Amino acid sequence: MKFGVVQFPGSCDERDTVLACEKVGEAQLLWHADPDLHASDAIVIPGGFSYGDYLRVGAIAQFSPVMESVIDFAADGGPVLGICNGFQVLCETGLLPGALLPNTGLRFICRQVQLEVVNAETQFTRAMTAGEQISIPAKHTTGRYYAPGIAEEQIVFRYATGENPNGSQDDIAGVVNEAGNVMGLMPHPEHAVDELTGGSTDGLKIFESMALALA
Amino acid sequence: MKARVLIRPKAGILDPQGVAVERALPALGFEGVTNVHVGRLVELEIEDQSQLDALCQKLLANTLIEDFEVELL
Repeated sequence: MKFGVVQFPGSCDERDTVLACEKVGEAQLLWHADPDLHASDAIVIPGGFSYGDYLRVGAIAQFSPVMESVIDFAADGGPVLGICNGFQVLCETGLLPGALLPNTGLRFICRQVQLEVVNAETQFTRAMTAGEQISIPAKHTTGRYYAPGIAEEQIVFRYATGENPNGSQDDIAGVVNEAGNVMGLMPHPEHAVDELTGGSTDGLKIFESMALALA
Repeated sequence: MKARVLIRPKAGILDPQGVAVERALPALGFEGVTNVHVGRLVELEIEDQSQLDALCQKLLANTLIEDFEVELL
């Protein structure tokens, strides 16, 4: 399978994301100005500061040429994963419910967090089990998830008890859309795919799940 | 046509910037200041003013978390 990793001006995690994807399949970068998804089987919107976070995080990126294609791709059932700024972009496009607000503490937080897998039935979590905990890094200033009325089955990851770093509603760290083919999460699985640098390799399980789903 | 768009956090949603400003004021000797909220101000010139509402809804504000007000100048 081939992952397409979107690169906006201001993205900064796209190289790590490509490396993570390459552990389970092929990967290519997709430049924001090119609407062609180049036959990608799955799309990943990585973290960073797309368009400088101007106006509001993720607000400008939603109108880039590549995102118009990603929206069509998602509507056809294609798998789309948004990490951190990618999650913010997916919320702004309306592919995911809710919005991300400034952390309650107003500070940039950067640390390893424990997540609990709430829903292991999605195509992003099928290599895990419900109730399992994974340890991956979080690094953001605008990660307080807010989605009034979100359905429990759309919640995929929660921060473990006492781990919520940003004031997110109900400790939510990651969600899927109603159809289940679009997921966003604030912590960074792509930074936890190698023991040497990641603190754990737990993040790999998300990419393995996506590869399994498309196998 | 010049316009000014005021965007503010929706009532009921925690606004940590407002809280931080409110807490800083007593330390500077300004007592009795409450309900501080921090928003954004966008000034623009527009040819077709009938587009203002749509462009606010679509880009300038996220109406899930923010309210906006348009003032024509």
